[in-house]
Amino acid sequence: MARIMLENVTRRFGLVIAVDNVSLPIIDGEFFALLGPSGCGKTTTLRLIAGLEVPTAGRVHIGDRDVTGLPPRERDVAMVFQDYALYPHMTILDNVGYPLKVRGVGRREIRERVGEVAGFLQIAELLERRPAQLSGGQQQRAAVARAVVHKPQVFLFDEPLSNLDAKLRLEARGFLKHLQHELGITTVYVTHDQAEALALADRIAIMNQGRIIQVGTPLEVYRRPQTTFVAGFIGNPPMNLVPCRLEVGVDTAHLVGTTFRLDLTSLRDRLALTLRDGEEVILGVRPEHLTFCGQGDSFAIPAETYAIQPLGAECVVILLVDSTTLSVRLFTGEPPQQTGRVWVGVNPERILVYRKSGELVLG
Amino acid sequence: MRLVRLVLARVAFYLFVTLVAAFFALPMLWLVLTPFNPRGTLAAEIPSPATMANFRLVFANAFAMRALLNSAILGIGAMLITTLVATLAAYALSRTDVPGLDFLIYALILFSSVVTGTAAMVPIFLLIFYLGLIDTLLGVILVFTGGLLPTAIFIMRDFVEGIPRSYEESALVSGATPRQMFQDVVAPLVQPGMMVVAIWAFVHVWGAFLIPFILLRSPTSMPASVAIYSFYTEAGTPIITLTSSYALLFALPVLVLYLLVNWRYGFRFFGGIKR
Amino acid sequence: MTGGAPILSRRTGFFFLLPSLGFVSLFILFPFVWVFYLSFTNQTLTGVTAIQSRLVGLANYHRLLDFETWMTSGQFGNALRISAQFVVGSALIGQALLGLAIAWAFYRWRGAFREIVYTLVILAWIIPDVVVAFTWMAFLDRDRGTLNAILQLLRLAPVDWLIQQPVLSIIIFNTWRGTAFSMLLFSSALATIPPSYLESAEVAGASGWQKFRDIILPLIRSHILTDIILITLWTFNTFTPFLITGGGPAFKSELVSIYTFRIAFQFFEFGRGGAIAVAMMLINLVLALTYLTILRRQGVRT
Ligand SMILES: Nc1ncnc2c1ncn2[C@@H]1O[C@H](COP(=O)(O)OP(=O)(O)OP(=O)(O)O)[C@@H](O)[C@H]1O
Ligand SMILES: [Mg+2]
Repeated sequence: MARIMLENVTRRFGLVIAVDNVSLPIIDGEFFALLGPSGCGKTTTLRLIAGLEVPTAGRVHIGDRDVTGLPPRERDVAMVFQDYALYPHMTILDNVGYPLKVRGVGRREIRERVGEVAGFLQIAELLERRPAQLSGGQQQRAAVARAVVHKPQVFLFDEPLSNLDAKLRLEARGFLKHLQHELGITTVYVTHDQAEALALADRIAIMNQGRIIQVGTPLEVYRRPQTTFVAGFIGNPPMNLVPCRLEVGVDTAHLVGTTFRLDLTSLRDRLALTLRDGEEVILGVRPEHLTFCGQGDSFAIPAETYAIQPLGAECVVILLVDSTTLSVRLFTGEPPQQTGRVWVGVNPERILVYRKSGELVLG
Repeated sequence: MRLVRLVLARVAFYLFVTLVAAFFALPMLWLVLTPFNPRGTLAAEIPSPATMANFRLVFANAFAMRALLNSAILGIGAMLITTLVATLAAYALSRTDVPGLDFLIYALILFSSVVTGTAAMVPIFLLIFYLGLIDTLLGVILVFTGGLLPTAIFIMRDFVEGIPRSYEESALVSGATPRQMFQDVVAPLVQPGMMVVAIWAFVHVWGAFLIPFILLRSPTSMPASVAIYSFYTEAGTPIITLTSSYALLFALPVLVLYLLVNWRYGFRFFGGIKR
Repeated sequence: MTGGAPILSRRTGFFFLLPSLGFVSLFILFPFVWVFYLSFTNQTLTGVTAIQSRLVGLANYHRLLDFETWMTSGQFGNALRISAQFVVGSALIGQALLGLAIAWAFYRWRGAFREIVYTLVILAWIIPDVVVAFTWMAFLDRDRGTLNAILQLLRLAPVDWLIQQPVLSIIIFNTWRGTAFSMLLFSSALATIPPSYLESAEVAGASGWQKFRDIILPLIRSHILTDIILITLWTFNTFTPFLITGGGPAFKSELVSIYTFRIAFQFFEFGRGGAIAVAMMLINLVLALTYLTILRRQGVRT
């Protein structure tokens, strides 16, 4: 068990900057998720921690040691690869026992300890089989077993669930979270699935183009995305982002779109502090903070229903406002009564305002 | 009309296939029949009675057996060195990050197809001559290893590239030293590729004529491909009984390996596998 | 995308490459360079010039390319012409066409027939040189050979193949010997063509030949190029016909490869043999470069 520190770490591949001056303190024992779109540098960051990549600049610490130049075997980490990398020519027993074998543990003890872990992960009956004879979910458990068997200081996961079908993935999520909780080993978990990150992690770092955009607990990241990029990445459906213009009067403030005019006078002073009158801004509001309402409402936006997606427990309605779309989440599960021309109300307590360049200025 | 055309197409197909089969089978008829024929003849006739006497003649001929042994030494020697050296090189080419290595391998392939045994027989002969390796099996083994290596590396690299790097990386993260990683993970995984290269190299060297013919002159170092030209009567006519059964015996390992490969992997094809 | 991160350090990688580099430098690169030097000397195996060879300038090339005599029997030009006939006849017409025909005939055909034909063709390809040489000498023998026996069955006059038709004989032999490569290459190329391509043409009413010409040929064009260049290279360099005709009678089937051998290892004139080797390697080089250019272009496309 150990904390991990990345200090101004950069990794270049030729002209590509895969990881760009990243600094991250990862707390001892926490479940830390690295979240971001494809190609943003998550895997590279993970491999830098594992020792499979050497940073172009910066330092990596695990526990109290600077491990920047050390090979993987001296870092006492374990990694679960996206393709699991179970050796096809070994039985599951030999696969899971491999980290013990290379540490010189005897045959008998390996059997014992593998048996223990296998029992815990419910793969005890599969130990004599080869990887090819296992289902995807079983392979995933075997790969996890190989990672935990020698009780490393740090767990590294690279999209371990992306090869599973939807149902197994949900199951495996619960099991991974439970496992990490039991063992309390510092875990870095790479994923591009925001729901997975929210569900599993104690803290999440959102990456884009090699940089860390925001670090926080799932709730912080969900409630106050620091940039429109994060806002658009997290949540399903993601946050509604509507371009509009700010009008600040002596003691009034309005957000003006092509078809609406929201009265934000109550927030006037906070808005005027950082924004100019007439500045282009982006209004951010989560689908669950929109409600259908009557025409006269002062926070109402006129819209056109576009599509209705009942999801059982809830219902997502897609609306057309001018040329942009808005998603509304209804927790009743019932589809809305009226269709066609409707009005949606915005809760002013819940809105976020971003600069046109993307940073959060109010929320 | 349509039916007629269909029937005609079928007939044409069977005719073509029969002709092709005949074209490829008929020349081999002699090789299959004559070794069992007590009368040595150039005609492909059914032996009556069939006999193993010709083979007994071969087995009793010390010179002939010695030549087969020499062929085996050449084949196995070149096979072992080529496979080992090619595997190391292919692995290095695939797993290091030195730029320009791809270019290197293409240049090698290019050169090896330019400097063929036929085109380079003069400098190769002189080189072996100056190295003092004339009339030694080692000289022939080295020459073949040099000639086969580029293609062997090429074939082998295909196999190594087919192995996901995550196997090795996971071994390293698991705590393996590079040496353990090789023994436990890499070696077993590249084995099928090594088998293919080994068989290919062996078959190639086992049957080769020109290079041993110019480099090996004494009866004790001749391989079977050269020795087979020694079975003549005093009058200068070939002893067909001996030659034909020796030829079949000499072809046998290749046939066995073909069956083995066909059964094990299916006769597929890796780059320009044979020249 | 992973990769890049070296599993092997450059140092270890270099050590792994070292033996290969040694072999290749000594037995491929060095002979390639040396033969150029040799071709300007009067090096022989025995005699004074064996120990004290000296530079003779372009003399060897002059003899090789003496245009008064070079097309006469037993000279370089003649050997080149016979090699050209041999390559066109046995590689381009024989192996490539026959290989393509067999692969196409068995496209979408599995079962015993295919197995038998493929096995026969492949066996002809892998049996050692000297063994096939003996079987072909027996096959083509004037008095007792299987081929003439068949001709007699068909009431045709027997032919003394190796004497009357030496070039045709080695062309047919080499077609028999090497068709397997083209057949295997083309059948793996055909195997990558989705059946739906042909089925849609069938629905549109295309005949067998039209399907072949309009759909198959364009799709395997790059394979055909690859095949043609490789078999040209190999056929040009083969020495096996020597084992059947010895280059005769009267140099009538003397390929460039056999010519080199005669000059270098029957006359032991290494300088002159070197000059022929240079010519051969330059021809090989052109073929190989063409091949690499095609490969490169294919690489760009995929
Ligand atoms: N070995 C390498 N050589 C060259 N470029 C690389 C290498 N490894 C990664 N890159 C580049 O670095 C960037 C980040 O790659 P990385 O694999 O870390 O992304 P990722 O966030 O894991 O993406 P994904 O979700 O698709 O797995 C990409 O642009 C990638 O092309
Ligand atoms: Mg990745």
